[in-house]
Amino acid sequence: MEEFLRYLTTGISLGLIYGLVALGFVLVYKSSRILNFAVGEFMLIGAYVAWTFRVLLHWPIPACFVMAIIAAIIMGWTIERVAIRPLIGQPILGVIMMTLALMVIIRGVVLLAWGAIGKAYNPPLFPGTAIHLGDIVIRQEYVWGLVVVVIMFIIFTYFFRFSRAGLAMRATSEDHQLARGTGIRVKTVFSQSWIICAIVASIAGVILASSQGVDIRLANVGLVAVAVVLVGGLESVPGAIVAGLIIGVAEQMAKGYIDPWVGGGMETVFAFGIAIISLLIWPYGLFGLRRIERI
Amino acid sequence: MLVLSNIEVMYLNVILVLKGVSLEVPEGKIIALLGANGAGKTTVLKAISGLLHTEEGEVTDGSIEFDGKRIDRMDPEGIVSMGIIQVMEGRRLFQHLTTEENLRIGGYSRHNGGDIKKDLDMIYHYFPKLKDLRNQTSGYLSGGEQQMLVVGRGIMSHPKVMLLDEPSLGLAPLVVQEIYEIVRQFNAEEGTSILLVEQNARAALSIAAYGYVMENGKVVLDGPADKLKENEDVREFYLGLSQVGEQKSYREVKHYKRRKRWLG
Repeated sequence: MEEFLRYLTTGISLGLIYGLVALGFVLVYKSSRILNFAVGEFMLIGAYVAWTFRVLLHWPIPACFVMAIIAAIIMGWTIERVAIRPLIGQPILGVIMMTLALMVIIRGVVLLAWGAIGKAYNPPLFPGTAIHLGDIVIRQEYVWGLVVVVIMFIIFTYFFRFSRAGLAMRATSEDHQLARGTGIRVKTVFSQSWIICAIVASIAGVILASSQGVDIRLANVGLVAVAVVLVGGLESVPGAIVAGLIIGVAEQMAKGYIDPWVGGGMETVFAFGIAIISLLIWPYGLFGLRRIERI
Repeated sequence: MLVLSNIEVMYLNVILVLKGVSLEVPEGKIIALLGANGAGKTTVLKAISGLLHTEEGEVTDGSIEFDGKRIDRMDPEGIVSMGIIQVMEGRRLFQHLTTEENLRIGGYSRHNGGDIKKDLDMIYHYFPKLKDLRNQTSGYLSGGEQQMLVVGRGIMSHPKVMLLDEPSLGLAPLVVQEIYEIVRQFNAEEGTSILLVEQNARAALSIAAYGYVMENGKVVLDGPADKLKENEDVREFYLGLSQVGEQKSYREVKHYKRRKRWLG
């Protein structure tokens, strides 16, 4: 039982991080129908920047977050302007290839700037003391992660439902020509969505790195996020969080209970297994938009 | 107010769609633009609203002026904020958004968002039906309701000129009548000029003050709506009112076609 709870809490906190990264993925897809495979690499930038300011320069924690966010804004804006905007109007496959290229380039930049050896947070970003809830012991990073994710989730739900910019983003995702015809500056919307995607992914990167250490392999979470998005629905903010939790927990359970039988590796496979099964049952994802067909 | 002089439009730099179209939309009037499929009516609207640029089209000759300013090189967003809105044909709406969200998007180009609520009330005054449907996903509304929503979304931007593309397309005659009545009322109350593109000539001429008839990318006939309704060719080819039982001879085809032989 104690084992189960441990897998569960780890799964939930990891799942929330997956959800956050998936959220970034969803944001870009929602506005521009672009599958941004570089979202995992965006995490790297956040994680490394925060690490630099915390460990090398000993800045206070909130300032480190702010620096990570600033870096993300610059990165998101630049990438949209330099790599994505020239491809507007080109086949979507070309744009997707571009995000794959970005993936490689960002990895390369990170390797050049910070080296290939993983780095630990020393001093840690969050206080290392664990929190006791009855029998369950939870690492404090996870609790902070939870708080941040919940706040983000509320902000984005509100943003898309009620704000002018959010509404414009949703409109843009449906019909670019019509959006322009109603006076929405589609390019600005693209730019905003890339910036927000970068911010969200960076924050997820900082949180994850605080418990796992800063390492280039953090970016692999980007691929898990693709599975999460497929399960949750490509356009859905709540879907990203829910599916993130499902996959996070399932992964940890698989790691705990199946790995001893098959000799490891189930963790990585499981996310995509779930994605495939869920696509067979819910092709639009759990919360995805069903295509409205008029007959 | 809105003046098109002799415009030529080309798609993809090869396909010449409009071959010198001139027309004028005076302030506060409803102007009808009639013609068969492929005459270039929608292209005229897209040239005005700038949406041509999204379809690889370009105004290659002539000019479009609005309040004395040339707008044929501007992008669609800029043209919307100048007060020209195109209500596209085929009831184009943001299907997954609710009715009210669609309307709020319509007000997007107005930056002082404070009076959105007042605007919504105005729309619900013109289209009481929409008020009951405001939280419905718009993709599931009926055709007539969608057309009302699309027109309402156009009104939300408080346009000076509204380009209305085939509001009667695929709707029952009664619904067409209802929508036309509302358009007429809106024009009378708000004084917005309307350029109305239609195949349903009878409906369009019933509310328009002036009309243009297009064929093959050219304006072939124009005049006050009453005169057009009397015109024999319009009666025969667009209103379907020909003398029954009489034999047609080739001499009696459209007079402007006949004339074309020496006028070019």
